[in-house]
Amino acid sequence: MDFQTTEQFALAIRREIIRMLAEAKSGHPGGSLSAADIIAVLYSGELRVDPTQPDAPQRDRLVLSKGHVAPALYAALALRGFFPREELMQLRKLGSFLQGHPDMHKTPGVDMSTGSLGQGLSVACGMALAAKMDGADYRVYAICGDGESQEGQIWEAGMFAAHYRLDNLTVFLDHNHLQIDGDIRQVMSPEPLDEKWRAFGWHVIQINGHDHAAIKAALAEAKTISGKPVMILCETVKGKGVSFMENQAGWHGSAPNAEQAAQALAELEG
Amino acid sequence: MTETVKIKMATREAYGKALAELAAENEAVVVLDADLSKSTKTADFAKVAPARFFNAGIAEANMVDVAAGLATCGKIPFVSSFAVFAAGRAFEQIRNSVCYPRLNVKIAATHAGITVGEDGGTHQAIEDMGLMRGLPNMAVLCPSDWVNAKWAIKAAAAYQGPVYIRLGRLAAEQLYAPDQEFRWGRAQLLLPGSDIVLFACGMMVQEALAAAQLLAAEGIRAAVADMYAIKPLDKEFVLDQIAHCSAAASVEEHSIYNGLGSAIAEVIAESGRSLPFQRIGLQDTFGQSGSPAALLRYYSLDAESIANQAKQILARR
Repeated sequence: MDFQTTEQFALAIRREIIRMLAEAKSGHPGGSLSAADIIAVLYSGELRVDPTQPDAPQRDRLVLSKGHVAPALYAALALRGFFPREELMQLRKLGSFLQGHPDMHKTPGVDMSTGSLGQGLSVACGMALAAKMDGADYRVYAICGDGESQEGQIWEAGMFAAHYRLDNLTVFLDHNHLQIDGDIRQVMSPEPLDEKWRAFGWHVIQINGHDHAAIKAALAEAKTISGKPVMILCETVKGKGVSFMENQAGWHGSAPNAEQAAQALAELEG
Repeated sequence: MTETVKIKMATREAYGKALAELAAENEAVVVLDADLSKSTKTADFAKVAPARFFNAGIAEANMVDVAAGLATCGKIPFVSSFAVFAAGRAFEQIRNSVCYPRLNVKIAATHAGITVGEDGGTHQAIEDMGLMRGLPNMAVLCPSDWVNAKWAIKAAAAYQGPVYIRLGRLAAEQLYAPDQEFRWGRAQLLLPGSDIVLFACGMMVQEALAAAQLLAAEGIRAAVADMYAIKPLDKEFVLDQIAHCSAAASVEEHSIYNGLGSAIAEVIAESGRSLPFQRIGLQDTFGQSGSPAALLRYYSLDAESIANQAKQILARR
């Protein structure tokens, strides 16, 4: 499907997220909506991927470390032709190729099965290391959450990536400030994230994660960085684009009913 | 017939040597370790293929998932640490990022069981086979001697999918001819017998053989089987053995829960055949510090204790 702008693509992704979750009657709208702009820009030509060859060895990789926002990824993949858009309505149903969390063997275009927080960044490190070993020029991207940053393994991966100078690894941290039990600073603060990642030896870029020009500029900057992995700290709003979901922890993991979905879709008309 | 000299060697030593051979045989093999390469013997690989060896530091969870990422790109990663940390600390990484996506990662865990010795209970994995056996897509191997270990490693490298290989610290007697083929999912009868069959794995195979000698002196014919393939288990072999013996026991340097003994018990129970059977292993207890020999005696896993328990099982006939 063609879109005039990446912003329009992001809006389409958001609409699909709402439709999918309303149909599935479960899932994670808040984080899916906060990461939608990052995913929209990545799947607008930034990621070198081909829907006709989703497993091409030289493709760029994306690991959705915060795997619960799978609906955002599925929507982008469907809209880019990895599978038919109407299949999105199969989300979370028995036997579906669209599992509640990403499954690399079931869904074309999914590079790694994720869902257990803290693990995807390490996997992305492994992919980036493989590229280095093979002298391959594909790049590896990961999307992590701010709540996910409470997992110790994130910091193990942080050490590893810097130690092995994985400058072909670029990570987006979807900093939407909310997790299931509330404000991340009240549950278990991982702040200051910028200083921590710098101290871990990463190149840190801070942007508004809903500003497409800023996301594109950060991706361009990341490609110029040598000898260090890149962390793009994205300031985002959980539930972005749907008024009653914005900044509400309650919308982390509950689906809209038909009435709420209709209202959300009305707000998301382009 | 000329008897070749047998070499006593720890299965971890055989692992290092097999890895060093694999370095030349298969470009896709890469090795990761968590700061224990001198003990796990992955240092042997690092020596010959330094560009394909990665120390992950003391961070096992990350190490296993880095291996998963490498596997998605066509590499064949072997990851090593002590069994307590490889199977225990990184369990959920193995579950969700290796077994769930069925990635081609080999977990070669050394220092399993109580024969770790003096380091004590914190470092003696007695539950690792249980943890690994319960994971869908995971194959579990527990080699008995250096020949078996060497070919198990080669077979694991050739196999497509996750494999857990349980290796020991202590030197083990050589049981096989150096070219003895490794049969995936099969067991090996080392000593035929009709009174009681001892299903053993790892270090316990040599103890079971020694126990069989003690029993033979008393006129008891014990069969000894090397059950190096814990999963998939050679069920046909187990059924065949229990059909020809009047009692059975499993012998493992592992908890009696969820390891080899449980696997054998499942086969026997589902077969409908009734015979006296006992799981010989750690009786729901952790290990402790001590010399390996003292620990084997203390936990009734030395040859003499195994022979005594065999007689008690036979007395139930």
